[in-house]
Amino acid sequence: MMSNWEVVIGLEIHAQLATKSKIFSGSPTAYGAPPNTQADLVDLGFPGVLPVLNQRAVQMAVKFGLAIDAAVARRSVFARKNYFYPDLPKGYQISQYELPIVARGSLKVMLDDGAVKTIGITRAHLEEDAGKSLHEGLANATGIDLNRAGTPLLEIVSEPDMRSAKEAVAYMKKIHTLVRYLEICDGNMQEGSFRCDANVSVRPKGQEKFGTRAEIKNLNSFRFVEKAIQYEVARQVEIIEGGGKVVQETRLYDSDKDETRSMRSKEEANDYRYFPDPDLLPVEIDEPFIAAVRATLPELPDQKAARFAKDFALSAYDAGVLSASRELGAYFEAVIAGVGAGHAKLAANWVMGELSSALNRDNVDIQNSKVDPAQLTGLLHRIVDETISGKIAKEVFEAMWSEGKPADAIIEAKGLRQITDSGAIEGVIDAVIAANPKQLADYRSGKDKLFGFFVGQVMKATGGKANPAQLNELLKTKLGGGGNA
Amino acid sequence: MLHNLFIGELAERLTKRQISSVELTRHFLSRIERLNPGLNAFITLTPKQALQEAAAADARLAAGEKGPLLGIPLIHKDIFCTDGVKTSCGSRMLDNFVAPYDATVVARLKGAGAVMLGKSNMDEFAMGSSNETSYYGPVKNPWDTTKVPGGSSGGSAAATAARLAPFATGTDTGGSIRQPAALTGVTGFKPTYGRVSRYGMIAFASSLDQAGVFTRSAGDAAAVLQVMAGFDARDSTSVDAPVPDYSKALGAPLKGLKIGLLREFFEGLEPRNAALIEDALTIYTGLGAETREVSLPHLPLSVPTYYVVAPAECSSNLSRFDGVRFGYRCKDPKDLMDLYKRSRGEGFGAEVKRRIMTGTYVLSAGYFDAYYLKAQKARRMITDDFRAAFEKVDLVIGPTTPTPAFDIGAKVNDPVLMYLNDIYTIGANLAGLPGISIPCGFVDSLPMGLQLVGPHFAEAKLLNAAHQYQQATDWHRHAPRGYE
Repeated sequence: MMSNWEVVIGLEIHAQLATKSKIFSGSPTAYGAPPNTQADLVDLGFPGVLPVLNQRAVQMAVKFGLAIDAAVARRSVFARKNYFYPDLPKGYQISQYELPIVARGSLKVMLDDGAVKTIGITRAHLEEDAGKSLHEGLANATGIDLNRAGTPLLEIVSEPDMRSAKEAVAYMKKIHTLVRYLEICDGNMQEGSFRCDANVSVRPKGQEKFGTRAEIKNLNSFRFVEKAIQYEVARQVEIIEGGGKVVQETRLYDSDKDETRSMRSKEEANDYRYFPDPDLLPVEIDEPFIAAVRATLPELPDQKAARFAKDFALSAYDAGVLSASRELGAYFEAVIAGVGAGHAKLAANWVMGELSSALNRDNVDIQNSKVDPAQLTGLLHRIVDETISGKIAKEVFEAMWSEGKPADAIIEAKGLRQITDSGAIEGVIDAVIAANPKQLADYRSGKDKLFGFFVGQVMKATGGKANPAQLNELLKTKLGGGGNA
Repeated sequence: MLHNLFIGELAERLTKRQISSVELTRHFLSRIERLNPGLNAFITLTPKQALQEAAAADARLAAGEKGPLLGIPLIHKDIFCTDGVKTSCGSRMLDNFVAPYDATVVARLKGAGAVMLGKSNMDEFAMGSSNETSYYGPVKNPWDTTKVPGGSSGGSAAATAARLAPFATGTDTGGSIRQPAALTGVTGFKPTYGRVSRYGMIAFASSLDQAGVFTRSAGDAAAVLQVMAGFDARDSTSVDAPVPDYSKALGAPLKGLKIGLLREFFEGLEPRNAALIEDALTIYTGLGAETREVSLPHLPLSVPTYYVVAPAECSSNLSRFDGVRFGYRCKDPKDLMDLYKRSRGEGFGAEVKRRIMTGTYVLSAGYFDAYYLKAQKARRMITDDFRAAFEKVDLVIGPTTPTPAFDIGAKVNDPVLMYLNDIYTIGANLAGLPGISIPCGFVDSLPMGLQLVGPHFAEAKLLNAAHQYQQATDWHRHAPRGYE
């Protein structure tokens, strides 16, 4: 069954470049404007107009090329991809075909089991996006919105190096992280700024020759990528095991039904009649240009993760999570600056734990976190100096999140300061022991687990404020024999 | 008469306030009204706008402003987009199209104070050598109205020859300025590819198209080019190089100028045509130029090369005419395919369809290498031939066309015969070189053209060589009977 088959996946990721204006016109690229208000004569493909290349798009493509250690082409060529469609105003898309701007790069991806896999990137090329067809609210008609037409895209084509849906998602996430680090794409998948086509095939394990592939178009979430690939793999295996043959075709993923459907077969595929666009000169890139772009490269995710792991003695996993976005990394580093590198693990746990779950729960970006790095630092200081316990700290954090006040104010107002006075703790312990003679007897007769009962009772009596380490120590002494907690 | 004056003479009278631009404009408008019905040189006339522009030019003149084209009337080929004015490109497809902007050429001439009288007839989408493919009917040659004026800029050529305007714009993709200039006895100038912006010029074959001008003298062409030429940030293929003072270059003596005689141009040349070229060479040697034979061994490939490259580009350029956003749309399309097929089927004429089909074919998978790529290689070889020739000579000379103007209808059903009309002009387009055709005599009472082609950006040298010839001859002063 499945275990006899090897899955082969390659992705074509379309990242919308974060330029202010379009790739060949001066129209703005902002999302969400009323239809056809951000399309000028060039975008509309009017007679006589000509494209002029946006240099920012070239810089961004080169930036990406440098970040994946690719060959940046000193000379690349725009070509026309010819086909008719109402949302394609000129009847051709300006893209790059034979000579793309970026070739032969690679990216390291960490898999679930912690293993690192290198995925080859065949090429990345610049192209313009098409417009959109609108059907909603239009009876017997199709509306065309050309706001998106001419938006710059970087199409990133991987080698068929991925062997599972999870690997594909891990790779796509890594590219997502990278383009956002580089600030060349906002990565907004709902708005379509980051989407992909997946080429999927299966072959018997051990066979070298690739199976026939299907291309699943326009996947705009990590979850859809995973589910679509899983569905497609199962479909192909079923066909082959049933004695059939997979046909080369383009398929669409229907997320409502969780299935892929045939869109067009190879025979129906367009002959795009690519040829160099005579309206645009070849893009010539020289060393000073590349050097200038290189100078704008930020610390890359892998570099940041390695630094975190080394400087803060974090695990590769933690370092990877904390460097998954520039903003998260910056937040973490700001907290470290406050509490000191010696408490990096504590800071990491808080950022990855309470903070991340609160952000997720309320669907807030880290830049807009209700608890800023200084405030979190204030809270961690109180844990470090044992003013509060870790458990109480969670309660304080929740209050900070909802009330927006600093940790100290909340600790004071709620009287959450930890009890570290041994005498006071002892007094409570004595009272608890006195009130529970049966449990004491059982404990002493060997029911070790009851140690926890007494801890709980003391904590209950102190409102959770007893210093846990001190409490353990004192309780052990008071209860005497039997317990070994 | 005013209409026989050259641009420089008109500008002088305007500057001295001897005439007003409004008077001049009225003079040409009335000639157009009287003479154009026999020629069909226009698709659109803009008399009202012309008089407004003329009045504005007069105001500038009255304020003391001077300019070589200030207040001078002109005609634009209907391939140039003109803001608020129908821009049809000679096609039913754009019969309803009013351009929402000015082409750079139009804007520059407008800025210089030139006054647009109207838009000239042309072969549909500039595809043709006789002006017979126009949706608006053929243009007649003023020298003999049973003859074609050449194409594709036939309306501009005929109108300039008939003195309906001092000058007219044109475009030249394979000879579309030089060939009709030759056939109507006027001066037709195609600059270096990239010298004049293509922005707003409806594309036929983008790597070959170049805007230029019809005038009655090389001196006039220099004055007009001065305004048209120059870098345009909106055309990536326009060249960012300084524009020399073309009129200033006109005085230079030709002593020592090395003129190349293209062996390939003279092989099989009709004797009367050859005799005219010989006469021209005698003039040039008399002016101190030296002649020597040069060869462009790959030039015979130029027609087949052109008829792969140009259709390939046009097949893509004309895809935007799909009935969706502008231009012709078929009635009651039943679905998208029907909309495409009928809008394009009904909107385009036969020659345009022929070239779209040819171009689609040569770009198709499986044929691309054999046709398109091979044509690109041939194009490079032709360009290299010219480059080698220009290491030996300053410019090359030859006939513009194999024959004088032919009968309307004579070649319309034989595309190959029609295409061979461009045999002498296509090379300059493939290599991106500047070329000029100037009148050099008559065969069968019809004008013939002498063509000069120079290296890239040798406009000044070319214009001066043409100017010196016109100082020594008067072929360019001949007017067709009835239009004097």
